Amino acid sequence: MHCHNSLGHIDIPEGAKKIVLVGNPNVGKSVFFNSFTGMYVDVSNFPGTTVDISYGRFGKDVIIDTPGVYGISSFNDEERVARDVILAADSIVNIVDAVHLERDLFLTLQLIDTGIPMIVALNMMDEASEQGIEIDVELLEHLLGVPVVPTVAIKGKGLDEVKKRVYEAHPGHIPAQLKKDLQEMLNCIGCQAEALLVLEGDIHVSQRHGVTPGQRREEIYLDRRRRVNDLIKHVTRETNEGASLSTRFGRMALRPVTGIPIFLAALYAMYYVIGVLVAQDIVGFTEETIMQGFYEPWVRAQVGRFIAAESMLGTVLIGEFGLLTMTVTYILGLLLPLVIGFYFMLSIMEDSGYLPRLATLVDRLMNAIGLNGRAIIPLILGFGCVTMAAITTRILGSERERTIAVAVLGLAIPCSAQLGVIAGMLAGIGPKYIAIYLLVMLLVLGLVGKVLNRVLPGESTDLMIDLPPMRFPRSENVLKKTVTKSYAFLKEATPLFMLGALIISVMELTGLLDAVQSGLAPLTEGILKLPRETATAFIMGMIRRDFGAAGLSDMALSAEQVLVSLITITLFVPCIASMIVIMKERGKKEGTVIWLGSWVAAFVIGGIVAHLVM
Amino acid sequence: MTLAQVKRGQKVIIVSIPNAEIRAQAIRFGIAEGAQVSCAEKLPAGPVVICKGKQEIALGRGLAEKIEVLPA
Repeated sequence: MHCHNSLGHIDIPEGAKKIVLVGNPNVGKSVFFNSFTGMYVDVSNFPGTTVDISYGRFGKDVIIDTPGVYGISSFNDEERVARDVILAADSIVNIVDAVHLERDLFLTLQLIDTGIPMIVALNMMDEASEQGIEIDVELLEHLLGVPVVPTVAIKGKGLDEVKKRVYEAHPGHIPAQLKKDLQEMLNCIGCQAEALLVLEGDIHVSQRHGVTPGQRREEIYLDRRRRVNDLIKHVTRETNEGASLSTRFGRMALRPVTGIPIFLAALYAMYYVIGVLVAQDIVGFTEETIMQGFYEPWVRAQVGRFIAAESMLGTVLIGEFGLLTMTVTYILGLLLPLVIGFYFMLSIMEDSGYLPRLATLVDRLMNAIGLNGRAIIPLILGFGCVTMAAITTRILGSERERTIAVAVLGLAIPCSAQLGVIAGMLAGIGPKYIAIYLLVMLLVLGLVGKVLNRVLPGESTDLMIDLPPMRFPRSENVLKKTVTKSYAFLKEATPLFMLGALIISVMELTGLLDAVQSGLAPLTEGILKLPRETATAFIMGMIRRDFGAAGLSDMALSAEQVLVSLITITLFVPCIASMIVIMKERGKKEGTVIWLGSWVAAFVIGGIVAHLVM
Repeated sequence: MTLAQVKRGQKVIIVSIPNAEIRAQAIRFGIAEGAQVSCAEKLPAGPVVICKGKQEIALGRGLAEKIEVLPA
């Protein structure tokens, strides 16, 4: 069998078998992955996507995780990545949610049709029996033609059995007609899994082989759906139909009367954890006590022994914007705790199954700005990192939706690091100003969306989203996600920070900083009524927005000045990293419009607010 | 009638779904043409949530207006 291998970026030892974990979203795959691999895992970004792949050793073999998908084809990045990993697999462990067999078995049968050896882990058996679903595991095993192991992964039940039987993986039953069609296609493709995808009309795989994609996706899908329904009729028996507690809570999160209060409570929890607990208490300790109290004097003394603090090099390394002083303090003392706080809260929302319900709840509102509810995901992600979010806009269904979402992200959404600083500063100036700040931001967001929705041609797509059951988030999952994402952020942010600090130091040394501050004075002092030093924050803000906001937090400003400067810096241009991604995703023209538009929006709106409150 | 006209709790059979990509997704979710589903929730002027077995799917109002159904 000769299949396409596009896992070049993953380091696989010679002779090791590639065992791939596949399943729908939220079926507990990561618990299996952790149990297989233990502590030592690698995470690698799949080129050209936001999708990360985890892999680790299992004995002499390699276990590779895949993103949760409902089927394999080319509908989105997750599917494409899962598809390519599966095409390279020696065997598959398919994790199935016993409560949602109707949905999950579609993927299972598609995987069986690829002809790759596999076993099925029938997970969440405890929940299934709680909900009155009885499953005849032996019969299922017999009908699928592959080993089926019942498990309750979070309680550790059945995991050893899965590990024991993973080498019993073998190809399952394929219906006679499909087998015949596959055989024909196989002659010109050379790999059954790829032959299947070509038959199902997958454009990418067809292109690789230089053949025309098949026209029979719907026919094959419908036949598979019939087989799934038939399987379920034979192997399951439902004993009661009552709605469980999680179903009821899930419904409450949807209904506006209860859903809006739940959303507000979630927002408040986020604000409290990030804006109050982390931004004030923890950062107060890490930034002031540890970094400025101990670290900075120490590093100044160490470096000062070799290099004079007033020299060029001294200024660059340990001066006011020094690479070893301010940069390190900002990154480790200020941003890191905030970023961890944000990703921790986001992981909880993700893992609990709340995000799709939020998407449904806000769908109508999003329609007003030409988006559907799904766009809440990049928008919320934007509160984490606009760069990431700009790439994630690919999940949106049309070009016009992507344009609107990126414009809104670039303008009105502050990223987590910046948000943390902003939340901390807002908390210091009282509820009245917080309300004004939020109102202005919502107004800008709505206005930008409304205008773009008017002027952009075409039509936006409609919402269609799976609502997974609400679950209590698993601490293991939440922690793992928080750590991976925070680490990725630091890795990306640190070099840019250093660059920013370096530019500012050089500008200071050459007197350019003073010139720019005076040059921008009509803007800062005249329009915004802010001290001219705030221009430094705006310059920094071009490199990283949070860098700018952090610069503001050290200045002595009145409550009104804080409000104006925060509104301005939030609306101000996206950071360099975001701009690079936006240019790449949306093209140079659109990127330039967003960048220039941000200047105008920031100073016009900041100016209006300044004249209203001061 | 269309899915947008269905009342909460009502059971219907899906008759037709407009575009091919949405149809493919629908088949994966088990709500292909011919499937019997019930309306679990209907947000004011917003999405319709349909439910089949334990599976719940939210469809935007615009899409629901294009899906033909028959009372079951």
